[in-house]
Amino acid sequence: MESPLVVIKDVSFQYDSQESLALNQINMEVYEGEWLAIVGHNGSGKSTLARLLNGLQFPKEGSITVAGITLAEETIWDIRRQIGMVFQNPDNQFVGTTVQDDVAFGLENNGIPVDVMSERVVDALKKVNMDSFLDQEPHHLSGGQKQRVAIAGVLALKPSIIILDEATSMLDPRGRAEVIETIMKLQKQDKITVISITHDLEEASRADRIIVMNKGEVYREGTPNEIFLMDEELIKLGLDIPFPIKMSNKLREKGISLGQQYLTEEELVAGLWTSHSKM
Amino acid sequence: MDISLKNVEYRYSADTPFERLAIQDVNIDISSGSYTAIIGHTGSGKSTVLQHLNALLKPTKGTVFIGNREIKAGRKEKNLKGIREKVGIVFQFPEHQLFEETVEKDICFGPLNFGVSETEAKKRANEAIKQVGLSEEILEKSPFDLSGGQMRRVAIAGVLAMEPECIVLDEPTAGLDPRGRKEIMDLFYKLHQERDLATVLVTHSMEDAARYADEIVIMHKGTVLQKGTPNEIFSDPERLLAHGLDVPDVVRFQLRIEKTFQTKFDRICLKEDELINMLAAFLKRRGAQ
Amino acid sequence: MMEKMIIGRYVPADSLLHRMDPRSKLILVFLFVGVIFLANNFWTYGILLIYTLLMAGFSKIPPRFLIGGLKPVLWLVIFTFFLHLFLTREGAVIFDLGWFKIYEEGLRQGIFISMRFFLLILITSLLTLTTTPIEITDGLERLLGPLKKLKFPVHELALMMSIALRFIPTLMQETDKIMKAQTARGVEYTSGPIKERLKAVVPLLIPLFISSFKRAEELAVAMEARGYKGGEGRTKYRQLSWSTVDTLMILLLLAVTVLLIVFRG
Repeated sequence: MESPLVVIKDVSFQYDSQESLALNQINMEVYEGEWLAIVGHNGSGKSTLARLLNGLQFPKEGSITVAGITLAEETIWDIRRQIGMVFQNPDNQFVGTTVQDDVAFGLENNGIPVDVMSERVVDALKKVNMDSFLDQEPHHLSGGQKQRVAIAGVLALKPSIIILDEATSMLDPRGRAEVIETIMKLQKQDKITVISITHDLEEASRADRIIVMNKGEVYREGTPNEIFLMDEELIKLGLDIPFPIKMSNKLREKGISLGQQYLTEEELVAGLWTSHSKM
Repeated sequence: MDISLKNVEYRYSADTPFERLAIQDVNIDISSGSYTAIIGHTGSGKSTVLQHLNALLKPTKGTVFIGNREIKAGRKEKNLKGIREKVGIVFQFPEHQLFEETVEKDICFGPLNFGVSETEAKKRANEAIKQVGLSEEILEKSPFDLSGGQMRRVAIAGVLAMEPECIVLDEPTAGLDPRGRKEIMDLFYKLHQERDLATVLVTHSMEDAARYADEIVIMHKGTVLQKGTPNEIFSDPERLLAHGLDVPDVVRFQLRIEKTFQTKFDRICLKEDELINMLAAFLKRRGAQ
Repeated sequence: MMEKMIIGRYVPADSLLHRMDPRSKLILVFLFVGVIFLANNFWTYGILLIYTLLMAGFSKIPPRFLIGGLKPVLWLVIFTFFLHLFLTREGAVIFDLGWFKIYEEGLRQGIFISMRFFLLILITSLLTLTTTPIEITDGLERLLGPLKKLKFPVHELALMMSIALRFIPTLMQETDKIMKAQTARGVEYTSGPIKERLKAVVPLLIPLFISSFKRAEELAVAMEARGYKGGEGRTKYRQLSWSTVDTLMILLLLAVTVLLIVFRG
């Protein structure tokens, strides 16, 4: 594997108002072009980690390196150009009065010349399939649409990493599907590194790699396949088991052999078909 | 107490250039002690229906019967408090309505508004806080020092303390993690069963509707697309899918199996174990042939 | 009634006034406010009336809509008229009921002042009807630009205004939601004694404040994450362009001013 894009080394963090550590001795790496899902129940420390990555908070101990730059007061703006962030509440990150103004906001902040700007705004909106909403005002958009605009706002700045901090948790199923689809497309076609922080394991099952957080620590790390083998342990951690995995487990209990682990329903049904049709 | 909507229509900003038809020809019956789920996409009219259930909105056409009250279009209604005491609503993100200095005061707010005595209100607060799975010590705290999940529970306790005869839930689990989601849903189900509390769940989730409700109403583009028991509703899953609506995971899985294996099971399963048993038997039969 | 009000609303259309640079429109309104005080007789008020109606015509806003929307303020205009009619005691008596007299000067004053009032409202409404709030903000920011040298926080002010504009509809929705939630908990907002209704404001305002603070905090974080670090080194996405029409419109108002000076009594 190539060298890591993000290195988190022995990072600990504590909020002033709290007695226990929000993050305790975290070590992890993020590789270029991968989709890493960080999962955990509310309060497991996963969102704190996102805030540290973007320099919104500073670690108490340890170091964070992004694309070779070590995070510190002086490098914070360089790092923010590398990392784009989409937050949980679709309303509270929409700055512009219209869709295009909002996408342009980040570009304006970075002093991008006007002629480049309009091109980038339209390009970014095309990528999230919102280019027909240029002059729409935020209160006329659905939650999913607002989140896609937020993603476009991040894309326009051409970051190397996008962090989604529970970006789908306030959306209805349709909005959630729209956002996940957009992210999948971006990661595959535009080779953007994605870190998604979520408690939705359905979403996490699309990732290349999952890190499970619990009580401010890295509890487990692995591919979705490996993580979902944890089964009941996930429920104890306040999480859930994705539906296809649940069904596979129940089938196994009934003595139906499946051969391998399937992450999606399509694969599971196809697997059942191949193993039960050639007899 | 029964609630029923008869030919209800509602228009927002009626008689202005900004007029918008939200629902029309809506007929829904909610009988006492039942668990009804109202499902639909954002914009299907389900939250407009919800607001008719305790006269927060008055129909622009048709009639709403709430217990022995009758809310008719075009008529001025007075003293709706009686209705609101009987029908409690837990709005989406109910923690946004907290405002008092202590949790106890906030929970007592509803009962006191309805003329309950202070001692009685405190007694109810005490009960309600336990019902939502929090300890009594929390009563003295400020609601704003609590975690998000705790705030949600306190807000729910505030509605329970009104001791309504019917409780209406608007996406009560939005934004919670899987554990929190399950706990809250189980809590309402327990109340429904133990106290025979009529429950109306307004949701996007076909899963929750199939799991808890005994009546399902499907809203689509401002009208009732379908209503019936979960078995009736999901016996024709293609119809729902054709309208861009979801079906529960189990049903979707069964359809996929049926399509791939070109077969038809004799019924639609709503429970995972039921389907697994059927599927296992089917696969074994197939293997034996 | 509020829904029919047009003051402060933007009506999208493609007209001469819509296409004008917000800076020139702002300058025109400010000039007009000064110029209107030059009028002091029927000739000069007549000129101003014609000018205002001409502008209304340029806006392509249907007259019916304009009159309907201004109705709520027309009552104020009529009130002003009668106030001056009854209270001025100068000039010849033109109407006498013994205990009640109307003077010539009163009639003049009534007509002129209410006319002045009406024209001002119409002209400012035309500005907001044909210019989006964000254009007005941009225009103001640019017009006030020179004040930056005096350490006047022009950029911050404009940003604050645009964020306020962005969040007004969101806060309205939020207010409606909290009001409904508290109504469901037994609060009465639309009936009952005044004292009770005033008390009912508390359970509305506190949650509204709390959520606004939370929003503000989250918005600040989101803005920082998107690289916002003040006005320094920032570019502007929205460009304003001053055209010949803008210059001509300013010249027109200057011509009107000259006419007023000539014809005033």
